[in-house]
Amino acid sequence: MADEAQTGVRYRRRIASIAVQVGLIVLIGGLVYAAAYNAAHNLARAHIASGFGFWNNTAGFDISQTLIPYSAAASTFGRAFWVGLLNTLLVAAIGIVLATVLGFAVGIARLSRNWLVARLAAGYVEVIRNVPLLLQLLFWYNAVLKSLPEVQGSVALPGGGFLNNRGLFLPRPEFASGFSAVLAAFLAGVFAVIVLRLWARRRQERTGAEIHMFWPALALLCALPIIAAAVTGAPLTFSPLHMGRFNVRGGIEILPEFAALTLALTTYTAAFIAEVVRAGVLSVSAGQTEAAQALGLRSGATLRLVIVPQAMRVIIPPLTSQYLNLIKNSSLAVAIGYPDLVQVFAGTVLNITGQAVEVVAITMAVYLAISLFASALMNLYARTTSVVEH
Amino acid sequence: MKRLATALAFATVLAFGMQAASAQTLTTIKNRGELICGANGTLAGFGLPDPQGNWTGFDVDFCRAIAAAIFNDPTKVKFVPLTAKDRFTALQSGEIDVLSRNTTWTLSRDTSLGLDFVAVTYYDGQGFMVRRALKVNSALELNGAAVCVQQGTTSELNLADYFRANQMQLKTVTFATGDEARKAYESGRCDAYTTDSSGLYGERQKLAVPGDHIVLPEIISKEPLTPAVRHGDSQWTDIVRWTHFAMVDAEELGVTKANVDEKLKSDDPETRRMLGAEGQYGEALGLTNDWVYRIVKHVGNYGEVFERNIGQGSPLKIVRGLNALWTKGGLQYGPPFR
Repeated sequence: MADEAQTGVRYRRRIASIAVQVGLIVLIGGLVYAAAYNAAHNLARAHIASGFGFWNNTAGFDISQTLIPYSAAASTFGRAFWVGLLNTLLVAAIGIVLATVLGFAVGIARLSRNWLVARLAAGYVEVIRNVPLLLQLLFWYNAVLKSLPEVQGSVALPGGGFLNNRGLFLPRPEFASGFSAVLAAFLAGVFAVIVLRLWARRRQERTGAEIHMFWPALALLCALPIIAAAVTGAPLTFSPLHMGRFNVRGGIEILPEFAALTLALTTYTAAFIAEVVRAGVLSVSAGQTEAAQALGLRSGATLRLVIVPQAMRVIIPPLTSQYLNLIKNSSLAVAIGYPDLVQVFAGTVLNITGQAVEVVAITMAVYLAISLFASALMNLYARTTSVVEH
Repeated sequence: MKRLATALAFATVLAFGMQAASAQTLTTIKNRGELICGANGTLAGFGLPDPQGNWTGFDVDFCRAIAAAIFNDPTKVKFVPLTAKDRFTALQSGEIDVLSRNTTWTLSRDTSLGLDFVAVTYYDGQGFMVRRALKVNSALELNGAAVCVQQGTTSELNLADYFRANQMQLKTVTFATGDEARKAYESGRCDAYTTDSSGLYGERQKLAVPGDHIVLPEIISKEPLTPAVRHGDSQWTDIVRWTHFAMVDAEELGVTKANVDEKLKSDDPETRRMLGAEGQYGEALGLTNDWVYRIVKHVGNYGEVFERNIGQGSPLKIVRGLNALWTKGGLQYGPPFR
């Protein structure tokens, strides 16, 4: 008897719960649909163009840095979107790598026993964290621009490059047909290094003998491509630059806007990563350090082999947030004229087509996709460092 | 269930969200007690607050004329500074009533943005400014130059077209605002700065040594600068359009700020109709019959506004040129008051 009553009540509660959830989904879905319908209707009534037809219209404007071929006359707004997106991804990728390196260095430096090093690192973190990023970006942009010479007084670099306040101009590499052999040799070298390291580690686990692989690995990585280059007859040449009337002609151009944005994002995010790393290292119990020292490991090896691998479990989630912050902060490129996605697409294209709703929606969706992808990657990596409970 | 939710939501929005567009703007402005005008905020001579915070400029005076016509008080205007990027969105969304911000009238803007352009207040064209030390005398010598331009303007598009048409190589450097573009030009980041020719004179005044820079003679495009209003309110469009024509006609008939009281007693039939001494033309627009008298008394006629802000009475010293009256060889032509 009691059983039946229990089942009856539980059953009714479950039905009610499901009904409420379904009702809520329907209501929210209905609101979203009504809002979208209303927006489309209002746009049509106000004779504002809507729809995504603008994607295939000719752009008509130039972009100062394009990683893929682009021309004002022939390229479409869609192409401009891809150019902006690639510029954003370039800044984000380089920024993430540099910020991680710098952040780890500063974070561990702050924990150093050397008083000066620790204080310098602390000072760096405190100053950089507390100044708004936009101000730092403008500082770097003006500092970078003001410190470089004008075009007439360009600094000539060894190897044929030029440095002035329009950018860093490097000779463009020309790849002859034999270059694929050099590339193959380099990849073979990388593969060989990986195999050698695995072999060395196996050897160490079996016999305890530690084999230092650093110099042999370096030799392999350098020697193989050089041999291949010598055999195929130096297939890499550089086309020279020459000074035009206004600017340097030819070659690869690295914009000062790009340099300023990368510097600002790197230093800013590194300060936050430093604190995350410090928290991670402090989270590893002191017993680990004591045990490592009891075994005779020096502090450098302790850090590298014992502390940091354990600290990574704590470091990775906040580190993911910092990476996502860096990716989104790259949109401040608008302030200095670097042609990233927001500047090109949500700026110029929005203004020319006037279709604010579609353009902003696409931009938001793209940033969301990038961030979700980055955090998915980081979560995958986090799984390798997580503790497996048995 | 879904349809009910949709219908419910739609009806709610219908009840509160949609309203007839015609004849709403003037009523809204009168109830609010002031006109909200979208202006530049950084362009000397056209729309710029002075050190005391009072807005001055050619486009600013146009908005003051509209306010004078509605409220008999040219100070009943609130100015909203807008960049080239957000000017159209501000007008579309209803944040401002009229956009008077050196905006070029183009086909795509007229059709796909939901705006109406009223009447050309300033016939302009795009030009280049370079450093005198570069010894460049013509825009055709700018092959390979880096040019600073403001993003999202017709200047950016015309620049690319011009260089392509003349088979010249171009390096564009775009910035969100005119101020940033000018600062980058001044710091040597680019060789030339391009915008509407009227803007070039204004921006040159802001440089450290204006005399070190010259404006090249080529005008590479047509830039008819026109105030804009939202599509769909014909009465408001008429008011804004005829404010401009009233100021042009006032100059043509010789009515100035100084002599408008005396001209009110004039015998000339067109002057009498314009100033409201006879006829109901003001009421036909939704304003009072003395609306042109109010405009000229408080702000002045077209020529006075021009000379005071960008002409010989200002540091810019732009000549009338295309903006002279049609009787003096220019393009400013007001339909008759009849």
